[in-house]
Amino acid sequence: MKLTSGSATTATVAAMLLGVAALAVFLPHLAHASTDAAGQAAQAATEQAIALKPWWFWPAVLSVFCFVLGIIAVLAGVGGGVLYVPLVSGFFPFHLDYVRGAGLLVALAGALAAGPGLLRRNLASLRLALPVALIASACAIVGAFMGLALPTNVVQLCLGGTILFICGLLLLSKNVTRPVVTTQDAVGLALGMNGFYRDEGTGEDIEWKTHRTLPGLLLFIIIGIMAGMFGLGAGWANVPVLNLLMGAPLKVAVGTSKFLLSITDTSAAWVYLNNGCVIPLMAIPSIIGLMLGSFVGVRLLAKAKPKFIRYMVIGVLLLAGGKAFLKGLGI
Amino acid sequence: MSSKTSPEQIKYANMLFYGAWASLAIMLVTYLVYVFGILAPHVPLEELIKLWRTPVHNYLEVGQVPQGWGWVSLVGSGDFLNFVGIAILAGMTIICFVPLIPAYLKQKQPVFAAIAAAEVLVLLLAASGIVSGGGH
Repeated sequence: MKLTSGSATTATVAAMLLGVAALAVFLPHLAHASTDAAGQAAQAATEQAIALKPWWFWPAVLSVFCFVLGIIAVLAGVGGGVLYVPLVSGFFPFHLDYVRGAGLLVALAGALAAGPGLLRRNLASLRLALPVALIASACAIVGAFMGLALPTNVVQLCLGGTILFICGLLLLSKNVTRPVVTTQDAVGLALGMNGFYRDEGTGEDIEWKTHRTLPGLLLFIIIGIMAGMFGLGAGWANVPVLNLLMGAPLKVAVGTSKFLLSITDTSAAWVYLNNGCVIPLMAIPSIIGLMLGSFVGVRLLAKAKPKFIRYMVIGVLLLAGGKAFLKGLGI
Repeated sequence: MSSKTSPEQIKYANMLFYGAWASLAIMLVTYLVYVFGILAPHVPLEELIKLWRTPVHNYLEVGQVPQGWGWVSLVGSGDFLNFVGIAILAGMTIICFVPLIPAYLKQKQPVFAAIAAAEVLVLLLAASGIVSGGGH
């Protein structure tokens, strides 16, 4: 299946996002069916080995790990959170509560650092972002509370399911560089969701406008909830909705998505912050490591082969999603 | 309409640029103060590496860690000093949104002024800690 722009796109993107939401509802029943004595014994042995490490060991390893993650994130064109949360919760000794808190701060720092350049170049549009951000940030607060209220294994299972879904989306989706929008819909027109940007490659001024604005705005309710619940940036969901569904050019969709993360993640980050889920000893090396890695990643981007990067990221996400899923099942 | 970036968008970008990098610099400095023991932490490091494996309610209880803005009263300790940079980072979007309200009103765009005002309220609500989640 390939996602193309057209009337089927709304239904496809909506169905995929609703599929994840449905997964979040039904997976809790699976989660309780899976803890056994052998698993608990193995976990106890692992915890004993972890306890023997000095305090500086994990922040040091985490900063190097996040540096590498920062490189991969830039090469893959994804925010840090989508790789950070499943990998760190799967392979580090931190409880998921703190990983999600740090994951949101990691995604937030990356978005805040990228935001000014995107806004100045008109690659992020305030007019497009503002209504979408209001919906997504309000729903991210709800998602954050849901994430903190649900049992950890349930959240791990839902996280694993979401990451595996993202793998599918990456494998199947095909973004459109410049979607054809013949007529702007009434909502998009009323909100002035249109603009221009200069394509630095061709030197052209490109005009854009949105269509299917209302279904697009409604999908940001689900995106906001998932962002808050899992501590992910949700750039993976923003881009297809803005580009394939609403008809924003790919560059504007990617730029506005990155900028949007700075708003959506702010609301959810405060919920985690106020609930004590941010531990500076592990959160700050994560932020700094990932940002330094991003700088290196930008330099490597020109030399990297897109096809290799695409399959590398899908591989990493499969590993991370699978690990989160198994951890949720207690395996 | 032209491809020129709007003044309010440029203003937002400039505020975000200085604020984000200032908060990252503050975080780096306060983290070094913390890990080099220049200021003693509220939760000892040896204790913390046991607590970060447990759910947040246990960390709050055993570490006697306050919720919401309670960290302000502990800002003199190495670990909670780090929240200054984190709070600035998490507060930048709220600060950047405020000037948008009069800018859009001046342009006679009340819908966008209302959206910006509503966004400030939503983010302030999240930041206030008035609404609190159930830790597990």
